[in-house]
Amino acid sequence: MSTPFTTLTSVAAPLIEDNIDTDIIIPSREMKSTGKTGLAAGLFAGRRYTQGRSENPDFVLNQSAYRAAAILLAGDNFGCGSSREHAVWALAEHGIRAVIAPSFSPIFAGNAVRGGVLPLVLPRATIAALAASEGAISIDLPAQTVTAGARVADFNIDAEAKAMLIGGLDAIDLTLQAADRIADWQRVDRQRRPWVYLGG
Amino acid sequence: MPSLFDKLWDRHVIATTPGGAAIIAIDRIFLHERTGAAALASLAAAGRNVADPARAFAAMDHIVDTLPGRGDATTMPGGTAFITETRAACAAAGITLFDIGHPDQGIVHVVSPELGLVLPGLTLVAPDSHTCTQGAVGALAWGIGSTEAEHALATGTLRLNRPRTMRVVFDGVLAPGVTPKDMALALIAAHGAAGGQGHAIEFAGSAVTALAMEGRMTLCNMATEFAAFSGFIAPDAVTFEWIKGRRYAPQGALWDAALADWQDLASDADAVFDREIRIDAASIAPMISWGTSPAQSVAIIGGVPAFAGSGSRAAHDKALAYMGLAEGQSLAGLAIDAAFIGSCTNSRLSDLERAAAVIAGRRVAPGVRAIVVPGSSAVKRAAEAQGLDRLFTDAGFEWRESGCSMCFFAGGESFGAGQRVISSTNRNFESRQGPGTRTHIASPETVAASAIAGRICAA
Repeated sequence: MSTPFTTLTSVAAPLIEDNIDTDIIIPSREMKSTGKTGLAAGLFAGRRYTQGRSENPDFVLNQSAYRAAAILLAGDNFGCGSSREHAVWALAEHGIRAVIAPSFSPIFAGNAVRGGVLPLVLPRATIAALAASEGAISIDLPAQTVTAGARVADFNIDAEAKAMLIGGLDAIDLTLQAADRIADWQRVDRQRRPWVYLGG
Repeated sequence: MPSLFDKLWDRHVIATTPGGAAIIAIDRIFLHERTGAAALASLAAAGRNVADPARAFAAMDHIVDTLPGRGDATTMPGGTAFITETRAACAAAGITLFDIGHPDQGIVHVVSPELGLVLPGLTLVAPDSHTCTQGAVGALAWGIGSTEAEHALATGTLRLNRPRTMRVVFDGVLAPGVTPKDMALALIAAHGAAGGQGHAIEFAGSAVTALAMEGRMTLCNMATEFAAFSGFIAPDAVTFEWIKGRRYAPQGALWDAALADWQDLASDADAVFDREIRIDAASIAPMISWGTSPAQSVAIIGGVPAFAGSGSRAAHDKALAYMGLAEGQSLAGLAIDAAFIGSCTNSRLSDLERAAAVIAGRRVAPGVRAIVVPGSSAVKRAAEAQGLDRLFTDAGFEWRESGCSMCFFAGGESFGAGQRVISSTNRNFESRQGPGTRTHIASPETVAASAIAGRICAA
């Protein structure tokens, strides 16, 4: 169960670089415990802090206009690299609820949907225009639109991800509704591919 | 008409969700101590059980030290908790764990094929991006997050949108000294780190079928660096011969039945792919990365390229500044501080044998720190049985226990800021091997030759 996502209005922090990997989003050294919380301080740690761990004033999320940004504008292949879901947990804990990029790593996009963070795909030129616009932008997930001033952009998202985000749904609960069907399938499969089922 | 991917996918579809996704049967789940404890603890906290613990496995690889005489203590601050909590959670859930000191301990993507846990035609997932390595045996194997891992453990399935398909065909014969690592880097350099965006990629062509099993794993391993959903290779006689007799592989009549079933695991001649890339294998030279993305790789003889218009000028300049390089600078001859042979990409027995052949009685250059980390405890034993450990240590290499080791920096061991490292790993990201560390990725042969020379050079 994640926080449901319907609409979101916020300034959008521009971090428009290609291949922002999950080591940049949260370095491995910042994943200090086995849990899913306490990760916001490690978000973009290599960029956000100087070596003495004071704030780096040049980093976008340290600038007064973007401290409370709930939307991040990014480049191609956002979230590539390690599958660590901590990247999504750190973003969400910091308050980022949507990332707008031309493309996402497939693992990151899946993790984001499970964690209530919208991975929103728009063309590079549209993202550049959003970065250049003044003030807040609004995302309407049910309507699949992004609005900045008078400019409205439509976006595509697959129906499964959309439903999961809007409902803040727990995928395990949903799938277990099909438990009988899964058991039936396995019963047949066990005859067809007995070598798959270890331990008898 | 169907491609290999179509066959793998269609064999595992249980149902379709209202949102158009598929509920896909998952045949094997692998965990490691970096994220395994979190997934199992979260599952237990929700009052859920592991649906079929006999088909879930875990290995200690990410956090565990690779220093000799290791135990639960690690150089990573707080690392012991990841180890002890994963051990306890696996025991509580009834999951087989290849623990520290266990003869089968090692990197998940080395251990799983080695034991015959991954097989042709299976689906296998792990909360680790390099799970695509295991597609080399003709399985559909892909990396997932922790929440997805919980889903797979609890239900034996995942909800998934059908990915688009791609075939990458390497035709022709590789030049001597050119390896699967070079094939992968050449592909990613030519088409970008996002070039495989979300696709299920079949590697095919005469240069791929000519590869031995471990080389195929190296190629598939790098599919995630190409932003692919997964990478895989149609199983053939090489695959079947390699798998036969492995511990968890089917035996006797079950083997015969499985083998008959696997014969169909190939793309039909008229199979259709959403995209196809063709590469002339003979044109590939030994490669090395110059920047901070695997896409920023060139032939070693090529030197640091000028900005070519893909991506941004700023990103190109940023990578050059981080790496302490200039456009046009020669990479061959660049002095190195360290050399690392290991990781799920290139730490199998054949990788170590080829690196050892390059060293052949010579010594590591003065001032260069050189490390070899076998991919599994079994690889380590096999290498030691051949005397490779002595060959490496006589040359001046450290010979380690198996694990992921210094492929990434988790707060423990590091090469240090500004240190130039040549590494047989998969990621040359900023600070991947330590804050400020400058990583060049290459084949084990290139790493070994460079360690001896003290400078970047091809074997």
